[in-house]
Amino acid sequence: MKGPDASGMRLLERLRRALRRDPSLFFMPALLIASLAITLAIHPQFSDFDLQSLAMGALPLAFAAAAQTVVVISGGLDLSIGSAMAVANVLAARTMEKASFEQSLPLAVAVLIAGAAIGALNGLIVVLSRIPDVVATLTSGFIWGGVALIILEKPGGGAPPDFLNLGTGTLFTPWMPNALVLLVVAVGAIWIPLRRSKLALQLYAVGSDRVAAFRSGVNIGRTRFAAYVFSGLFSAVGGLGLTMTTGIGAPLAGVYYTLSGLAAVVVGGVSLAGGRGGMLGPVMAAFVLTLIPTDLIFLNIDPNFGQVILGTLIVVIVMIGGFVDMGRNRK
Amino acid sequence: MSDSALLLEVRDVAKRFDSVVALKAASLKVRPGEVHGLMGANGAGKSTLVKIITGVFPADSGQISVKGVARSFRSPAEARRAGIVSVYQDPALVPDLTIAQNMRLAGASLDAVRKWLAELGVAGLDFNLLVRDLPGPALRLIDLARALAWEPAVLLLDEITASLPADLSEQIYAMVKQWRERGNAVIFISHRMAEVSALCDRATVLRDGVTAGVTERAHGSEERIVALMLGAETARAVASVPSTRAPRQRSSDAQAALEVRRLGRSPLVNEVSFKLYSGEVLGVAALEGQGQDELFDCIAGSRRYDEGAIFAHGKELRLRHPADAIAAGIVLVPANRLLALLQQRPILENIALPAFGGIRNWGPIRIRAERTRVESAIERLQIDTRAGSELSRLSGGNQQKVVVARWLASGFDTLLCFDPTRGIDIGTKRQIYALVREIAAAGSAVLLFTSELAEIALACDRAIVLFGGRVVAEMPVSEADEAALLRAAHGLAPLGQASS
Amino acid sequence: MTGRAKTGFTSSIAAVTGGGLASLLRTRTIVALALLLLGLVAGIQLARPGTVNALWISNMVLFAAPLGIVAAGQTLIMLTGGIDLSVASVATASAYLMATHSGLGVAPAIVYGLGAGFVVGLINGTGIALLRVQPLVMTLGTGLMTEGILVVYSQKKMADAPRVPQFIETIGAGKFLGGVPNDLIVWLPIAILLIFVLRRTGYGRLLYAIGDNSEACSLAGIRVWRVLLVNYVTCGLLAAAAGLIIVGGTNSAELRLAEVYLLPSVAAAIIGGTSIFGGRGGYSGTIIGALILTVLNSILTLLDVPESIRQILYGAIILLLAAAYTRLTG
Repeated sequence: MKGPDASGMRLLERLRRALRRDPSLFFMPALLIASLAITLAIHPQFSDFDLQSLAMGALPLAFAAAAQTVVVISGGLDLSIGSAMAVANVLAARTMEKASFEQSLPLAVAVLIAGAAIGALNGLIVVLSRIPDVVATLTSGFIWGGVALIILEKPGGGAPPDFLNLGTGTLFTPWMPNALVLLVVAVGAIWIPLRRSKLALQLYAVGSDRVAAFRSGVNIGRTRFAAYVFSGLFSAVGGLGLTMTTGIGAPLAGVYYTLSGLAAVVVGGVSLAGGRGGMLGPVMAAFVLTLIPTDLIFLNIDPNFGQVILGTLIVVIVMIGGFVDMGRNRK
Repeated sequence: MSDSALLLEVRDVAKRFDSVVALKAASLKVRPGEVHGLMGANGAGKSTLVKIITGVFPADSGQISVKGVARSFRSPAEARRAGIVSVYQDPALVPDLTIAQNMRLAGASLDAVRKWLAELGVAGLDFNLLVRDLPGPALRLIDLARALAWEPAVLLLDEITASLPADLSEQIYAMVKQWRERGNAVIFISHRMAEVSALCDRATVLRDGVTAGVTERAHGSEERIVALMLGAETARAVASVPSTRAPRQRSSDAQAALEVRRLGRSPLVNEVSFKLYSGEVLGVAALEGQGQDELFDCIAGSRRYDEGAIFAHGKELRLRHPADAIAAGIVLVPANRLLALLQQRPILENIALPAFGGIRNWGPIRIRAERTRVESAIERLQIDTRAGSELSRLSGGNQQKVVVARWLASGFDTLLCFDPTRGIDIGTKRQIYALVREIAAAGSAVLLFTSELAEIALACDRAIVLFGGRVVAEMPVSEADEAALLRAAHGLAPLGQASS
Repeated sequence: MTGRAKTGFTSSIAAVTGGGLASLLRTRTIVALALLLLGLVAGIQLARPGTVNALWISNMVLFAAPLGIVAAGQTLIMLTGGIDLSVASVATASAYLMATHSGLGVAPAIVYGLGAGFVVGLINGTGIALLRVQPLVMTLGTGLMTEGILVVYSQKKMADAPRVPQFIETIGAGKFLGGVPNDLIVWLPIAILLIFVLRRTGYGRLLYAIGDNSEACSLAGIRVWRVLLVNYVTCGLLAAAAGLIIVGGTNSAELRLAEVYLLPSVAAAIIGGTSIFGGRGGYSGTIIGALILTVLNSILTLLDVPESIRQILYGAIILLLAAAYTRLTG
């Protein structure tokens, strides 16, 4: 119920509303800038090389977070993301080892399709078997882990240098890492069209209120299935990113990304209850989480503290969330 | 009128949920260009019928035809494409999306919705607001405008005016009339007799899942509608319960077993006060959503209250958990058995459950003592355990008895009974009411809400009536016949002579 | 079904003859699982005659015991409708803490180990029972936390290397009376106690009741959070105890010692018929589940099946059983 506001006011109003809807829009950039500032403060000689390794380190994690975000928004959970990434990682490293750059690109597309297929199978299991998503994806993750081991038993394989350069090189200036460009392009190319489509509305609707969504004519099963397909797709991109940044395929690299990806989602302000949050928060959270061990190294502290901080961060955030909800319910 | 000229015809639709029969044989004929009232007491099956017509869930048997063609819809979207749209009791809008997004989600044209909202007297609503942030009445109107934007041939309105202020209700009446003028049909469900008689052309009355009758003229047929809603069956039930009651003498200074003083929980319970004495059954009569659910939850300790106080035998209670109420001797038998029972566990474990409340009782169970206690409760309630020891195999009535048996086995002082006979066959109903009388006769106090008003006279000594979260009437059972209760529960002043 | 007319015996006969394995699984879970276990053992004996002997059986029990104990805690949690993903980290932490404190003597070292389980269990319980955090996310976080702390700690402790005391080694790897594995001395009392607790105590009743319908428990005057808190602490202690046996078996406290037990602990409970939704199941099924997994592992080792196929088979079996139980119990 609005009168003829000045356009500046309207912009402010829209911004205010967007922030209220998704506080992480403000909170996450602030957190990212703060952690960058801290990094600069403790390590003033922060170089273009440091930026590159930050971007390379965050790349797979950001995709793992993106994969989880889609499913969590739809009110589900996917614990097979790390294994799906591992499959994509070893598939790429195995098939591209002796390929030329020109050959590697169609192979990359094939890996993406394989990732989407893994997601589709996960989706089918969850929707059709009625096993709770947690158990279903925890177990299917085990299976995908086995598949990754079949493809490549030990760390190895490789990819053409030009392909690796997509993740390790820089664009125009040394301060513009390809990993960052790749991340922005890939997430943007998948998420922005999705966000504008009706499917995104359906994902949010199913996560927010299944009954209302059903009554609004949303096909619940199909929507949840789609969420897992996108999760598989993002996982595959993450797996490719892993190949690019590490140069090899490692069948066991996956496990780490399931958990830390979920951590990035939680830190990034996506409600685990579903229906709320966006893609920007988790992706930025991936950078913050990557900065933590980096800063610890700069501070001469055991970087393994990073995992302690990660675990503590998850626990503290969900406990605060529970505490807030409890206060709300008491009323 | 020939059947092919009907817009919508429902014939002998039946539906059961596990052991609860929601609809037995519901029939409904809706003509073009009419506003058709759908009436019935609580639990008569109106909402279930609406959901079956619009494909929320399928019917077990029976037939639905639209314009003479047999149809069965698998989803509301499918029903919508056939021109049947419902505005449900709880708005079908997704809270985490904006209005505009909700409209897009459901495939409704924004311009059309905006136009209808304007007609409903809401112009210039910002469609970028989150549904979560909007007040209830606004959601109702948006839901209605969205339904209208699909231009349905049959529009179902389920209690749409229940939570609306009077001026908005007027807007909706005007809209309903306009819709009729266009040759469409509106199925109008309401508890407010006045608006039904003013608005509806005809009315179908459901009772216990069966179409009890159709009035060709809604206006001026209020008494007939009430009569149809009452039915002969409850009258028979009244006659068949042995009258064990003697007029009760109570000294005025006796301490109440339960006293509720100016209890408030916004927005649904307002300054509710009453006293309940040992050996007495106090009936609570109310239509749906008048605060009775919240009132019972507050007394049972499962919901916090904002204002007022609750006393048991003169001692103020601090209720933070149902365990606190139970410790004070106040126990609840909720309407929804699924809420109270462990469906996968045996009957015995269901009955023995409250015994393990304290940490003291976490240790070894004295199996024989437990069995004796449980079996005596089962016997007293005549629970039919032939079906085996699994709870889920019991009928609805027997399941309800298990909840009561649980408290008989553990002992209590005040029994809160919330609609204990919903969806239960007449024989079991009779047993449950005889039991309620017996419990009171043994010296306990009983607070009984029942959605079947006739049962108040059957089981209670006194009755209070809730309307809009307030106690609007209190009457001795001699005056609490169904007609009087129905009037009070509809917010009407009592007639000069409250007997029919 | 006429109910009373059919006794347990006739109905299980009817299940075998009429509905086959599916309905047998529903009516007599333990019998069906025991048959499955015997079938596996018979399969081994047929494939490699002479494999099944007293030594093999004693080894199976020896290997199954730590899994059986981790799965005991997991069963307790799953009965209430939860899941504990921190058990593997807890077991590892317990083993490591015990080994690095072995200089203090065996008993204090064990206390250190179990202490790790108690603390993590308490944190899990606080978050899940009091603040109503999803068990999965909570235990995921505490698992990560525990693992991280352990890594940091291990690097601080570089100087005095972890040493597994003789006593722990004897428990974890030794046998007595010519073949009875020592870890059975730990497992058997735990098993008997747990079966008794689940069947015959108020606490056991509450676990099933909460898993079935925690709202109903609350309405019946039960303070659900107390039960859950105690339950998560118990699970932590059991995982810690299992960690001690595991490290006794391997005789070296490594940082990823018990990781391989996480999924099997869930799998043993699921195979044993404990519902992933809570409210159904029991520890006797889990024991057989642990034995089945151990025998299965032994078969796969005998047949020289690579790790990858093993994982896939494992996962597929759990998924199939979970789907079957979900269908059967609705």
